[in-house]
Amino acid sequence: MSQLRECPIKSALVAPGVLVLLFVLATGLPAWASLGGDAASIQADQVHLQGTRTTKPAESYTVHEIQSATGTVVREYVSPEGRVFAIAWHGPWLPDLRQLLGVYFEQYRTAVQSRSATRMVRKPIMIDQPGLVVQIGGHMRAFAGRAYVPEMLPTGVRAEDIE
Amino acid sequence: MKNVWVFISTSFAVCLTCGFFVACGGGSSHSASNTITSSGNNVAAISVNGGPLGNYADAAFVSVAVCVPGTSNCQTIDDVLVDTGSFGLRILSSALTLSLPQQKAADGNPVAECLTFLASYTWGPVQTADVQIAGEKASSVPIQVLSDTDFKAPSQCTSSGFQSADTLDNLGANGILGVGLAAQDCGNACVNSTGPGLYFKCPSSGCVPTVEALAQQVVNPVVLFATDKNGVIVELPAVPSAGEASVSGSLVFGIGTQSNNGLGGAKVYTAPSGSLTTSYNGQSYPGSFLDSGSNGYFFLDSSLTGLANCPNNSVAPGFYCPANSQNFMATNQGSNGTSGTVSFSIASAVTLFANQGDNAFSNLGAPSSNSAPFFFDFGLPFFFGRNVFVAIEGANTSGGTGPYWAY
Repeated sequence: MSQLRECPIKSALVAPGVLVLLFVLATGLPAWASLGGDAASIQADQVHLQGTRTTKPAESYTVHEIQSATGTVVREYVSPEGRVFAIAWHGPWLPDLRQLLGVYFEQYRTAVQSRSATRMVRKPIMIDQPGLVVQIGGHMRAFAGRAYVPEMLPTGVRAEDIE
Repeated sequence: MKNVWVFISTSFAVCLTCGFFVACGGGSSHSASNTITSSGNNVAAISVNGGPLGNYADAAFVSVAVCVPGTSNCQTIDDVLVDTGSFGLRILSSALTLSLPQQKAADGNPVAECLTFLASYTWGPVQTADVQIAGEKASSVPIQVLSDTDFKAPSQCTSSGFQSADTLDNLGANGILGVGLAAQDCGNACVNSTGPGLYFKCPSSGCVPTVEALAQQVVNPVVLFATDKNGVIVELPAVPSAGEASVSGSLVFGIGTQSNNGLGGAKVYTAPSGSLTTSYNGQSYPGSFLDSGSNGYFFLDSSLTGLANCPNNSVAPGFYCPANSQNFMATNQGSNGTSGTVSFSIASAVTLFANQGDNAFSNLGAPSSNSAPFFFDFGLPFFFGRNVFVAIEGANTSGGTGPYWAY
């Protein structure tokens, strides 16, 4: 098991990071989508979360971990082709899912807000749709969740690996 | 410590498939009979009765009086959800006829809050009220008034994608009484940082994130009571496996402060991080918790429990629907090392919900996830047949300093 190490591009990230932040502020929209996006989108997430980042190479993918200032940890899973195929997070506060889910946010939001039960319920989110799986649970000050695109999982990667 | 834990896990493994063995007993070994306190100035009646819309499964409701501070101008709000998973009082604007004073930031702008629950968020102004529940009174309590219209929710509040819980239709209650392990709903994290995204100040140009001092934050009103302020007890009777239309119990204030709220034989599970560790089938789930505001046992998924999911087009999508009721046994452990087994059953939610008049179910469950760092969420069914003590962080009690659960 390789240890977490400093992302080699972290120090080089400062200047572009400022540019990304300015872009976000100027447009009010994320510069890039994250889930399904390319590795550059992780830089946008890091800036958005005001976090620090480490990377951890695994056998068939790379994990970029963003530790936000509020204590929430976001992990983004990048395929060998450079696509973010999964995101996981845990911590006291929910991260900005509009930012992290990117182009998948609307599909996710529609699924979360569709209420087909005849009974009122309060329970964790389990979305399992073609093209998108999202699970969110936990309690106040301790939320956890993950989202992935099943079709984009690299060969040999199991859903349980995303945590 | 670790060796002990391995031993517990291993010895417990013998009983892992106890759904298939009578020897492991039924799912209600705890339900011998708990005594429910019914009298005292610190006792509020609670009911599990479907709530104001009559369709809320496994939700406990209490009446709360709010008053304009320092006056006798009060209003009793019925059907407020008793939630040991959150902290602070929240009332639907649509249920409130009183006009309460608005909290203002240092620059004079009104303060509003966004709080994320599971799959929903509450948004609306922070106002101040005197709060009375049973014979207990708290003065000048910051509460959240749930309203989408007083101020427009900023994008930071809607970025969860969740649904607003600011209407009766979406909340299924007139409010939420958060009486969990913490005092403030945010705590120190919001005092110096806007990062958590809970508090906003709202000039006419729109709401923007703000820091919020502890004393201004929406707070578990129990900590502002004159006495009986170190925690609560949720006391509900056992519910038969077929379900019941309604059950009645008590929300008791204080732990070991009066003759009616002693710990008795309850075991204390300390939870400094707000969680306890549940072990099941050789795995441990350190983020587990007891939450009267969750309306079922929420744990694992079909692949790990063997329980079928209810069909999407059924009356209970997203819940478990085993062909036959199945028993489970898990072990809870507090940070203090206290551990004990929990037995419960899961029945088909479609079968349970078929009795439309029934609102209390001891065996309602749903999947949460199959991966770390996930958790067992012991929702309201866990509370049936038990007296569950919730000691607030930092509070001194007869069982030690909170936060802890005891049962």
